[in-house]
Amino acid sequence: MNIQCPTPAHEEEVVLLGHGAGGRLTGELLDQLVLPAVGGGTGPLEDAALLPGHPGLVMSTDSFVVSPLFFPGGDIGSLAVHGTVNDLAMRGAWPLALSVSLIVEEGLPLAELRAVMESLGKAAQDAGVPVITGDTKVVGRGAADRLFINTTGVGQRHELLAPSAASARPGDAVLLSGPIGLHGTTVLSTRENLGFEGDIASDSRPLHRLVRALAPLGDAVHVLRDPTRGGLAAALNEIARDSSAAVEIEESAVPVPEAVASACDLLGLDPLVVANEGCLVAFVDADAAEDALTAMRSLPEGAQAVRIGEVLREGQRERVTLRTLVGARRIVEMPLGEQLPRIC
Amino acid sequence: MKYLDEYRDPVLARRLLDELRRTATRPWRIMEVCGGQTHTLVRQGIDELLPAGMRMIHGPGCPVCVTPLETLDRAMAVAARPGVLFTSFGDMLRVPGTDTDLLSLRARGADVRVVYAPMDAVRLAAEHPDREVVFLAVGFETTAPANAMAVLHAARLGLANFSMLVSHVLVPPAMTALLDDPDCEVEAFLAAGHVCAVMGWHEYEPIAARYHVPIVVTGFEPLDLLEGILMAVRQLESGRYEVENQYVRAVRRAGNTVAQDAVRRVFRVTDRAWRGIGELPDSGLELAPDYQEFDAARRFDVGGLCPVEDPECIAGSILTGARLPTDCAAYGTRCTPRHPLGAPMVSSEGTCAAFHAAGRTPTRSTA
Repeated sequence: MNIQCPTPAHEEEVVLLGHGAGGRLTGELLDQLVLPAVGGGTGPLEDAALLPGHPGLVMSTDSFVVSPLFFPGGDIGSLAVHGTVNDLAMRGAWPLALSVSLIVEEGLPLAELRAVMESLGKAAQDAGVPVITGDTKVVGRGAADRLFINTTGVGQRHELLAPSAASARPGDAVLLSGPIGLHGTTVLSTRENLGFEGDIASDSRPLHRLVRALAPLGDAVHVLRDPTRGGLAAALNEIARDSSAAVEIEESAVPVPEAVASACDLLGLDPLVVANEGCLVAFVDADAAEDALTAMRSLPEGAQAVRIGEVLREGQRERVTLRTLVGARRIVEMPLGEQLPRIC
Repeated sequence: MKYLDEYRDPVLARRLLDELRRTATRPWRIMEVCGGQTHTLVRQGIDELLPAGMRMIHGPGCPVCVTPLETLDRAMAVAARPGVLFTSFGDMLRVPGTDTDLLSLRARGADVRVVYAPMDAVRLAAEHPDREVVFLAVGFETTAPANAMAVLHAARLGLANFSMLVSHVLVPPAMTALLDDPDCEVEAFLAAGHVCAVMGWHEYEPIAARYHVPIVVTGFEPLDLLEGILMAVRQLESGRYEVENQYVRAVRRAGNTVAQDAVRRVFRVTDRAWRGIGELPDSGLELAPDYQEFDAARRFDVGGLCPVEDPECIAGSILTGARLPTDCAAYGTRCTPRHPLGAPMVSSEGTCAAFHAAGRTPTRSTA
């Protein structure tokens, strides 16, 4: 080595965008920095937490920083309601009330803020959940990307449901309520002006009624999860890890809309790791799988519900495998962080 | 999209595999040149379903992987300069240079942006006349026409604040360099469909004839690859060595002559160092004299580059197909997509990254 060359030295690490993408980097940040600081427990990280001392109540909080604020199929306002309603629903809960906090960048046209708030209000009304408290802050130009919204929700669990990411069991059927990849590809396409916007729309919608339809199945419903950041791959990997389960899905059974497949193909993205906002995965007792599918298909948001796989009775635990179209098996890894479009 | 369903049909895939098993009487070794094809092969597990002993050798066709370390270090030195707006395709952002990568530079304040087409970089230059907009122009023949068009457009607009860091590479010289290696095991090639869509396949005919090696221009879907492999095996079994075209829906023998004209106008052929492989004569493109005002390497005098490869990385052997990612002692442990030691672990087209994403381990991979 040339002695004038400094030995490669990695500088102090900083937060990367990938730390917020819901994959392995996010997990590392939580495990190594966030959770130790707040005395977080060692149990699975669920979409919503049980409220200590109040059996039956759950709570969830989420911040929405999507850019652009408006996209085909939704906007940041309705998304902020749907996201938190869905996180409550994934613990088997019906939403009781929401709080809404706004962080607004100086210079945002009032007309845009009004449009977002009207959409948020309508989404809350349509979901049947009141907004009971909130907060508004304005920050200087450049200190935020136009508008950030935080929503916190409290929900009441359905009496018979107690789903948890740690409750998948061997033999469970893995069900998916609808097609994947719509939200992530829509937002990317709109933000980057890629030209897919005409063919594609976000699947953003509330899923609490879908969960209520599953309530009669009671403890046959083991896990509910909405595969948002990190997509289906991250959701299934989290469940496999928290349940110590061997999950296998069939590639040909996973519904990927044609427009999503085309966009992902062009950009070199994997539909399995693209974000969703309007579908859920359910792990249910194999005996109850058909009833669960029938219940989901009775509602518009579950009309395309399908069985995509199972929890293997024998297989490597904490692993997600995929039967490929040509009949081979491959491991579905936890995505790392930000998805980077490839060259060609 | 109709094409996708047609070329991903599981029943047809099984039929092609059965036909392949009936046809192959020997354990042939076929190289897919392109990283996109490696990605499909590994993601679908096609290479594990081939007849016993038959082996796909994963070639050097990942543009991210073969971009020289010096180019990356130069890119990062330019990107770190005040006033520079640095643009790149997404998967170049995580490639490790000697000290850091573009993603980390961005997190520390450099203005590094992902673009989806080089014309986006030209647009940024027009919108930000007070900034120096630089585009990292890498890739094979596939991306060269769009990069050439971007230069022509910038020249038409008279943009004095736009430049490119050019590190284009060409496929045929890499194929002949591999075949000239006395240890080369490749008995047939799947040529990259996208490259041939631009350049046609006439350049491959002298290679097939001189080295007695079948070359099949092949697409990227599972059925494309299975059919391409079958066509190559049929040639090998019958002792033929021709250039055949599996990818008829996208490729003509002459290629896209308009695109070729743009490339010839803006670029000229030059010797190029390939990361992990070394210098190959006439294997790259650089800006032609008429367009050197757009050359970022000339515009930004970044001296003192000391590119140092990680000594543990065996990228060169991976890129030439001499070894598998799972042969590397660092694979999956000290070298992961989170902390890549070398470029093949970065891009989704990189062989190591494709193996890692599919969960390949030393015991599960084909030898």
